Amino acid sequence: MTTRVGVVTFPGSLDDRDAQRAVRLAGAEPVALWHRDKDLHQVDAVVLPGGFSYGDYLRCGAISRFSPVMETIIEQAKLGMPVLGICNGFQVLCESHLLPGALTRNDSLHFICRDQKLRIENAGTAWTRDYSAGQEIVVPLKNGEGRFVADEHVLDALEAEGRVVARYVDVNPNGSYRDIAGITNAAGNVVGLMPHPEHAVEPLTGPTTEGLGFFTSVLKQLVNA
Amino acid sequence: MARVVVDVMLKPEILDPQGQAVQRALPRLGFAGIADVRQGKRFELELEGPVDDAALARIREAAETFLANTVIEDFTVRVEEDGK
Repeated sequence: MTTRVGVVTFPGSLDDRDAQRAVRLAGAEPVALWHRDKDLHQVDAVVLPGGFSYGDYLRCGAISRFSPVMETIIEQAKLGMPVLGICNGFQVLCESHLLPGALTRNDSLHFICRDQKLRIENAGTAWTRDYSAGQEIVVPLKNGEGRFVADEHVLDALEAEGRVVARYVDVNPNGSYRDIAGITNAAGNVVGLMPHPEHAVEPLTGPTTEGLGFFTSVLKQLVNA
Repeated sequence: MARVVVDVMLKPEILDPQGQAVQRALPRLGFAGIADVRQGKRFELELEGPVDDAALARIREAAETFLANTVIEDFTVRVEEDGK
């Protein structure tokens, strides 16, 4: 049976189609999920894509977090369903308290758009098992509010528990504490990532194809489960 | 109708690059002597019913869960009397 990976569309999502495409290229069946529909249509995993859901009103991700579809996703994520939040999706996961910390305005105040080198720090999550720990990849990054912040003791706990999934290498583009680009929950099924692996899955349009590993990882995870 | 005001500010330890940019612009415009600027949000909530303890408790709950992200922000709730 084909693995079904849901991609949520909120009003203002931008990268939902790219995320669906990445899911398809990885060998799974992408399933479009709608923010007002609580039903997850029997998907095995969910991607929360990038964009500006609800116009980033109030705070990035703050309104999406209370959408009907998120009710079910939060419930299922706590039961172990793999969830990947990219960029705005990462912001939604932090607002949902599925992940600790918050994403705030870039320290430069500029919107940053660049090809970004990352180091995969944890290759044991549902979304990174096709990488090796310490592997460096290049994927696009584009954000205005991508600066990851958390209390010192939260940061220390994330480091101690190996829950930093990816770190910025060479350049810290937004002032994120400890160069953090992505983190995971304790169980390793929920991952938030500020850069965009779904834009690095094809030679024609991406700087590399090194982003595909996130999507093949979850497939492997689900097939072995 | 009664008005309740919720002010939301970034916690002191969280960097506020917007406030900093405003502060840097002030002297250029001739406004000297301002040592620091922090930028926040103000919500004005018009209540249908009376502002009693129960209503204020609900508003505090709304501020805590929705209007503010208490990971990075603090909030205050106050009642604005009519005509003020």
